[in-house]
Amino acid sequence: MTATPEETAGPLVELDDVSKFYGNIKALEHVSLEVHAGEITCVLGDNGAGKSTLIKIIAGLHGHDAGRFLIEGEETALANPRDALDRGIATVYQDLAVVALMPVWRNFFLGSEPTTGVGPFKRLDVRKMRETTRTELLRMGIDLRDVDQPIGTLSGGERQCVAIARAVYFGAKVLVLDEPTAALGVKQSGVVLKYVAAARDAGLGVVLITHNPHHAHLVGDRFVLLKRGVMSGSHTKDDITLDELTRQMAGGSELEELSHELERTPTPTLPGSHGAKDGTS
Amino acid sequence: MSGSTAAPELDERLVHTSPLRKLLGRPELGSVVGAAAVFLFFAIVADSFLQASSFGTVLYAASVLGIMAAPVALLMIGGEFDLSAGVLVTSSALISSMFSYQMTANVWVGVFVSLLVTLAIGAFNGFMLTRTKLPSFIITLGTFLMLTGLNLGFTKLISGTVSTKAIGDMEGFDSAHALFASTLTVGSVEFKVTILWWIALVALATWILLRTRFGNWIFAVGGEADAARAVGVPVIRTKIGLYLGVAFAAWISGQHLLFSYDVVQSGEGVGNELTYIIAAVIGGCLITGGYGSAIGSAVGAFIFGMTSKGIVYAEWNPDWFKFFLGAMLLLATLLNAWVRKRAEATA
Repeated sequence: MTATPEETAGPLVELDDVSKFYGNIKALEHVSLEVHAGEITCVLGDNGAGKSTLIKIIAGLHGHDAGRFLIEGEETALANPRDALDRGIATVYQDLAVVALMPVWRNFFLGSEPTTGVGPFKRLDVRKMRETTRTELLRMGIDLRDVDQPIGTLSGGERQCVAIARAVYFGAKVLVLDEPTAALGVKQSGVVLKYVAAARDAGLGVVLITHNPHHAHLVGDRFVLLKRGVMSGSHTKDDITLDELTRQMAGGSELEELSHELERTPTPTLPGSHGAKDGTS
Repeated sequence: MSGSTAAPELDERLVHTSPLRKLLGRPELGSVVGAAAVFLFFAIVADSFLQASSFGTVLYAASVLGIMAAPVALLMIGGEFDLSAGVLVTSSALISSMFSYQMTANVWVGVFVSLLVTLAIGAFNGFMLTRTKLPSFIITLGTFLMLTGLNLGFTKLISGTVSTKAIGDMEGFDSAHALFASTLTVGSVEFKVTILWWIALVALATWILLRTRFGNWIFAVGGEADAARAVGVPVIRTKIGLYLGVAFAAWISGQHLLFSYDVVQSGEGVGNELTYIIAAVIGGCLITGGYGSAIGSAVGAFIFGMTSKGIVYAEWNPDWFKFFLGAMLLLATLLNAWVRKRAEATA
């Protein structure tokens, strides 16, 4: 990865002391994070830590109630997901927004289909759609012989990669990934992380939401830890080790308490934790 | 970056996709096999089935159904039902007839008023569906019952009987008859003009479905509406558009119904909505949406035409027809379920 001028030009997306309330419930309080071009910012947290709320703010589904949300240095309030897309923020949700029964190439362009011809003869540019799908996926390292196969026949990891490739192709500058490895096996997770890294190398800023510190530490440049809606830590890769990240993520002192409680039970798997790899999210 | 991990996995999978399985994956295939079987069956048991004149009759029966089955198939691919489609045909015919008779001297005025009103009813279905988010089964069941009542009520109110007044001597009747209900003779065989309408509509529906953005959206809203919305597909517009398509076909069918004779029975059409759905399902449409084809609906309609007329040519009791239809529907649905399982094998 070489340094581009963009990287020195400040963050693509910045949250500064952002809070979000649902009625009288504090969903997110005083959270700050930066997303730089060519870097991966990981957001870690347990269930209910506020990860989803954070995603929804960045994706334009919800507005924030306090603090500042800056896109390329400019303070913003996104109106809706389309607005976010237009500003180059693409979100890949856990359900991936793909239609299982449709061919890969139709899914790839869904909602932004290129057309050719005019008037009543205006039609899908099928040739371009197929070829682009093939070459774009190839660029991400997926060699699909048959772009006509229903996307449902691809593995979870491959579908994730198609969704990422789609976001990259449509000009995303910032890619928000919601638990991309949550439902995947170890090998598949590795494949997906490679594509996440490929997106980063292509110069995108990536927000990786996960509850797996092992995955995060492998690829992340910055780490934001959330706990019950507040930011419990913010680190760069240089100042935190995997063990420390794991400890903080797993609950720190709470975990020590728990292991004490569990002491007399002969559990083979100590909370270290590999739970996330088994597909329980 | 290299895809060394992904590529071997793909190879493994491709081995499983034999050409035969791929062919079986086509939505229409089951219906084409079924149509061939039905054709052979009646060719053997009914002597007059293979005569050219019988062919015209079979095609006519198929076309009347097929005109409606094509847009209904698109609607089903879009994930919705329209139970009001059958009586909407009658409504459309009644509006043409009564408006022309009561208000003007020229039937074409009634025909165009009918087009507007029919489209408005279609839009109402789509609007109610997307606004209330109730199942289309309920919404269109409501419209079905309301239209059934309105058809009878209005006709009795205006004509005093359950059928409309004859409009055969009105201005424009002959030209409208030529467009919607004429008979073309090719060689010695008579073909109804509805066959042309049918072919045109199926071709148009296929074009829309496979080669336009709207077609892509139809598959998407039927397959996974939330996913479609997330990537910017206008789900509401797509669904309303599909109901307008059904309404447009209902208008054509209604005008055929009217101009075949010159009166309309106001109680007609009840039950036809299910026949349209059956033709679409036999043709490979998944009842849950997201999969199917317009050509399949045409094959489904053709099977229906062959069966209904074949039983007559075989000089059997027509009661058997329903049994055949039911058996065909079950077989088709089983085949579809298998196809879907295959397509979503690893989903």
